[in-house]
Amino acid sequence: MGRALSIDSLMPYFGVVLLIIAGSFLFPQVLSADYLTQQLQIAAFLGLLATGATVVILLGHIDLSVPWVLTGAAILSTALVGSGNPVLSALAVPAALAFGALIGVINGIGVAILRIPSMVWTLAVNSMLLGLAVLNTGGFNPRGESSALMITMASGDLLGLPVSFLIWIAVSAALAYFLTRTPFGRYLRAIGFNEKATFLSGVSTPSVVFAAFAIAGMCSALGGVLLAGYANQAYQSMGDPFLLPTIAAVVIGGTSILGGRGGLFGTIGGALFITLLTSILSVMQIDDAWRNIIFGVIILAMLLFQTLRKGAAP
Amino acid sequence: MLDYLRSNRREVIAGVVLIALLASYLGTHPRGASTYVLTIWANQCLILGLAACAQFFAVVVRGIDLSVGAVMALTNCVASYVLDGSGIGMAFGMLAVVGAGALCGLLNGLIIVYGRIQPIVVTLATASVFVGAALLLRPTPGGAVNYDLADAITLDVLGIPTALIITGVAVLGFWLPFRRTGLGLGLYALGSSEQAAFQSGINTRLVRLAAFTLAGLFGGLAGLFYSFVTTTGDAGIASGFTLNSIAAVVLGGVLLRGGVGSLIGALAGAFILKTIASLMFFSGIPSLAQPLFEGMILATAIAIGGADMLRARNKLEVFS
Repeated sequence: MGRALSIDSLMPYFGVVLLIIAGSFLFPQVLSADYLTQQLQIAAFLGLLATGATVVILLGHIDLSVPWVLTGAAILSTALVGSGNPVLSALAVPAALAFGALIGVINGIGVAILRIPSMVWTLAVNSMLLGLAVLNTGGFNPRGESSALMITMASGDLLGLPVSFLIWIAVSAALAYFLTRTPFGRYLRAIGFNEKATFLSGVSTPSVVFAAFAIAGMCSALGGVLLAGYANQAYQSMGDPFLLPTIAAVVIGGTSILGGRGGLFGTIGGALFITLLTSILSVMQIDDAWRNIIFGVIILAMLLFQTLRKGAAP
Repeated sequence: MLDYLRSNRREVIAGVVLIALLASYLGTHPRGASTYVLTIWANQCLILGLAACAQFFAVVVRGIDLSVGAVMALTNCVASYVLDGSGIGMAFGMLAVVGAGALCGLLNGLIIVYGRIQPIVVTLATASVFVGAALLLRPTPGGAVNYDLADAITLDVLGIPTALIITGVAVLGFWLPFRRTGLGLGLYALGSSEQAAFQSGINTRLVRLAAFTLAGLFGGLAGLFYSFVTTTGDAGIASGFTLNSIAAVVLGGVLLRGGVGSLIGALAGAFILKTIASLMFFSGIPSLAQPLFEGMILATAIAIGGADMLRARNKLEVFS
């Protein structure tokens, strides 16, 4: 865990504290428990996506199919519940996760076997999923509803904490264990550093790639299920606004976009930071234009700070 | 001749595919091969084509530019203010639009080179800033572009669509001479191996800065041409173009790991992508199934490029 707790990964947490302090001067209600737990609940959606993205980015790849895996999982799960059949309804969440894993495997085929750059292949997979969704729903908002389980997962409380937050932390903790304590985690980082050397050391690199993309797909699908539970419906393009913040959350958390370096602890901080930043900017009622500019500038500033710190003490 | 074809294999394949697609498009179009049909087709293709050129300059130095669409949105909004007035004012207006694009690219380059941050992350963040600036200029779509000027640039000259003439000028007047300059070669050297380029005395910082500035400049040109086609300013156009520009350069044979490909390939890739979309429109496939087919064709085209890997004799070849 020593590597996971680097200064880079702690930085977003400092950022979160700064945001809360600065926000509380402008709006005292930022310090209320209600507001903060609500942020934890909302951060879980972005956080789950970023957790999956971290695994793929550690591998040195990127997954641009997040938006429509998320939307597809949401459409699938709400449609199963909406069918009214209790058996299908109980299968909604597992089916969505299986869907995510399946897309992950399709991503893996392109990246590991056909050796297509992940940035392009996952983009193509994303547009095929979009096509499937349009064909399936006729371009209208899909019918269906969320089950009680999905609503609890997204909006329920347990011991004063949002259930969605607990799910996110549980998933992150389980994956962090895999990344730091099992061969799979070592292979993953090794491929991120140097795929050829890893292959020559006898590691079956394609299977690691497949597993990583399947995990990412399941994380995106789980995020979709939670979002569907939160909104009590699925809707077209519900995943599009999440793609770029997901990557930003991973990078702010100190994970190198080139792969190999980083971890899930930083990603949790990154997702919290971005959620809080978005929320405070909208509480301040700044118009859209300035919100975009401030968002971009703050992300740049955090990244510049990371590299400048390294430049000072190599 | 044969040697030329062999060394430019990627562009040749892209060109042949494009001609086949265009032929079937004109064949299925109810109005057949007329100037009118060609003009509309060429305008749509050139918008994405210029965006793909922007992406090409970032990709060839082993970078990527996720702010292409955002630069287009910003320059489109700038254009909606400055392209309606006197003749000389509009001439300066066009310069201002392209200059704004180049400035955006220069900003990207400065942060990438001196901040030592990966291009993908930098342009992700600056894209948000550019879209914000575009929204400041045009919170809602609006503004106007002089119709006479727009017509002059988006219609045809003696039956040849102006967009195709612009494409020709970009290739013959800019790209072919440019590739032979020091900077043109430097781009490829930097993309192939930064260390080797540095050790041969190339100023790698300057070349990378120039590459991203050129990317911004072409993003500005794309935004300018988009303004002439739509004659209005809209800050919300960013998202589609960025990802499509990446798909276009890859279809055109430009390798994302840098150093391989050409502007001609990027243009051909963009034209292919748009022709497929137009072809779909008249193909008789139910409209609801069209996005799926488009996605599948894109995936198939990319996968065919990857199928080379299945023939690799030595397992290590695939890791290059």
